[in-house]
Amino acid sequence: MFAVEDLSAAYGPVKALNGVSFTAERGQVTAVLGANGAGKTTLLRTVSGLVRSTKGSVKLDGKDITRTATEKLTSYGLSHVPEGRGVIAELTVVENLRLGGLHRATGSEPMSIERVFELFPRLGERREATAHMLSGGERQMLVIGRALMARPTVLLLDEPSLGLAPRVVAQIFDLLRGLVQTEELTVVLVEQNARSALSIADHGVVLNLGKVVASAPAAELAADEQLRHAYLGF
Amino acid sequence: MQQFLDTTLGGLVLGAVYAAFALALCLIWRSTRIVNFAQAAMAMVTTYIALSLINVDVPYWVAFLAAIAAGFVLGAVIERVIIRPVEGKAELNAVILTLGLFMVLHGLTALVFGVQHRGFPAPVSTNAMTVGDTSIGITPFGILTIVVVAVVMAGLVVLFRFTDLGLRMRASAFNGEVSRLLGVRVGRMLTLGWALAAAVGAVAGMLIAGGDLVNPAFMDPFVIYGFIAAVLGGLDSPIGSVIGGLILGLSLSYVTGYVGEHLAPLVALGILMLVLLVRPSGLFAAAAARRV
Repeated sequence: MFAVEDLSAAYGPVKALNGVSFTAERGQVTAVLGANGAGKTTLLRTVSGLVRSTKGSVKLDGKDITRTATEKLTSYGLSHVPEGRGVIAELTVVENLRLGGLHRATGSEPMSIERVFELFPRLGERREATAHMLSGGERQMLVIGRALMARPTVLLLDEPSLGLAPRVVAQIFDLLRGLVQTEELTVVLVEQNARSALSIADHGVVLNLGKVVASAPAAELAADEQLRHAYLGF
Repeated sequence: MQQFLDTTLGGLVLGAVYAAFALALCLIWRSTRIVNFAQAAMAMVTTYIALSLINVDVPYWVAFLAAIAAGFVLGAVIERVIIRPVEGKAELNAVILTLGLFMVLHGLTALVFGVQHRGFPAPVSTNAMTVGDTSIGITPFGILTIVVVAVVMAGLVVLFRFTDLGLRMRASAFNGEVSRLLGVRVGRMLTLGWALAAAVGAVAGMLIAGGDLVNPAFMDPFVIYGFIAAVLGGLDSPIGSVIGGLILGLSLSYVTGYVGEHLAPLVALGILMLVLLVRPSGLFAAAAARRV
């Protein structure tokens, strides 16, 4: 179980996260939703140690990982796929994947690159291509595949749908849903695209101005018209 | 024909040395996006360390290895102590720091070793070789120079293309934040990049000094020529640096041989201007779209 408790962070005097708490269960997708500037990306960056927390804790299966160095998190089984795809554009598809497998969760079996190509056949066709040649959808597949190479138990995804055509979003979310089951992942999915995210999520957390304003099963959130209008924009 | 052959061979040797020096600049540019103007002074220091060892009867090749080791340590220390604190600030800060470092190293070396010229030995002959009765324009040390540079370059290609360490180093250079998220210790990779570059620079220093005279200023022309060679090849590409070095070496050798030595610096700058006008990113820069 992945638990965030009372997590706070600030950019100078500006409080970006204000006492955020939620838990994400294994084998489930937990969607973190909210408008631009609600603190979604800051939440993930604080969990990863890219932004320093001022208060609160992050726990992974009971182990406190709040102040762990960013570089060590993959060895604890936590992989963060940052916003804007995060492929290393100058490296090839295979090199990106190899890199992902270099620092995997302690005690885990290595994942073969071929297995990633089974999950994402498109990538297999473009294995020697430099990542900057890939389409947006292919890049998203690459960063998810690269994260899987580290054998994570917790996968943090920041806006995977950003800038992708709806058809591609649906395809990637389907794949993600499948992965959650086969790999027994805990997925924390940060999304602006609330409608699509709730369609594959088990649980939803809604942020506004750095605070949790709602936390409920995804179906419940999707049914709450008032909440949808106020915070989710659909 | 004879003259053409001689100038070509001389140009290749000169080019190999420029290439080694450009490689060192390229390694640092790749890992930290800094043009290291102190590179020449760092190589000068390591060459003096080797000379001190040779003067107390340490065998040449042991001193050669010591220079490389000294370069490695010097590069790592400079990155940690001088460059690291200004990392993430304006890139110009680090460049100015390297310029300052150039002067400090220059001054310190002059204080410790004096400014007079000293002879530097070579492990093999530096007299032109002969085929039959005609002497050809290359020396055994020239051949050694080309071989050493080729070995260094091949080693770097193997490191970057085929090893996990090389992959970590490249990833750290291209995208530090993503690399950290993937578990790469980026800070360590940057230090290693500087260390490796200074070691390559130390090799260049030894090759330049061999069979010649050294004083604290003996590497200074390479600040300009090495930079031109690296820019010719497009700073980012190790292979480009080597080819840039060879092009520059050959061009300067032809100009010196056929026109006159005094024109060489002018031609070097002319080549630089031409390349910057026609292909500002260098001849071999990969046209990678960085912002996506």
